[in-house]
Amino acid sequence: MLLLNRFLIAFAFLQPAAQGEFVPVKPGEGTEQLPAGPLVIAAYAIIWVAMMFYLWTIWRRLNKVETDMRALERRKSTK
Amino acid sequence: MRKLFMPLLVVATAMFAYAPFMIDQAAYESSMGLVSKIFYFHAPSGMVMLLSAVVCGIASALYLWRRNPGADRLAMASAELTVLYGLIVIATGPLWARKAWGIWWDWDARLTMSFVGWLIAISYLFVRKYGGPGSDKLGAALAVFGTANVPFIYLSVNFWRTLHPKTSVVPTLPPLIRGPFWFSALALFLMYLLLLTARLHLERQRAALDALYLAEED
Repeated sequence: MLLLNRFLIAFAFLQPAAQGEFVPVKPGEGTEQLPAGPLVIAAYAIIWVAMMFYLWTIWRRLNKVETDMRALERRKSTK
Repeated sequence: MRKLFMPLLVVATAMFAYAPFMIDQAAYESSMGLVSKIFYFHAPSGMVMLLSAVVCGIASALYLWRRNPGADRLAMASAELTVLYGLIVIATGPLWARKAWGIWWDWDARLTMSFVGWLIAISYLFVRKYGGPGSDKLGAALAVFGTANVPFIYLSVNFWRTLHPKTSVVPTLPPLIRGPFWFSALALFLMYLLLLTARLHLERQRAALDALYLAEED
């Protein structure tokens, strides 16, 4: 048990420390090993699609409620 | 609020559409390169998600205390927006992490707590939709718990060892990153206000429809 505890503590300290600040790259410095482009494009696509889809659902629900209201008012006026 | 809707629509949409051009001009972060551009939407979405959860919780507490239907409507609208912005955070985070950390997901304190906060907002909506009579009060209590989770989400990166950047990153952003970041943050916040206004209008119309049905039954 003690050995396992020591192993877990040692494992936890193997993790790299969290980043405390951002440093901008100097001009002409820095290269990409893995293509990040598709990940960035996917992220922006998700944001835009999610926003537009949500706006569309509000518009659709609002249309339904307003159609029901008009139908109800028409029914009331014909009574 | 109705008078403010059109200017808000124009400004929020224009800023949201222009934000990618600002981000394109921003400097790469030295250790992450191109993938750090996700930060400009990921972090502000997280901020708006937390704000929305707090609005939902406060409105719910107000509803439990005063039984104010307006507060209940605000809580309902905010809960949906917490889910929307939470979805953006939870979907864009792994895309960033895959390149920056080499993994899609890590069950550390920040990611796990954010996921739990998002699940609380989803469960609020489920309770409101399928909970039947009394679900308004049950949902409100759930939303208050969701708000209690917010400070833990925010501060978790400072208390526990995690791969996620700390809270010190945003206040210490260098000028080449700071400008586009706050522009994106403002664009996403204005989008939040816009969507909240539209969603509140829907809730008010629903309440008016219910009143019409009740009047007809009488």
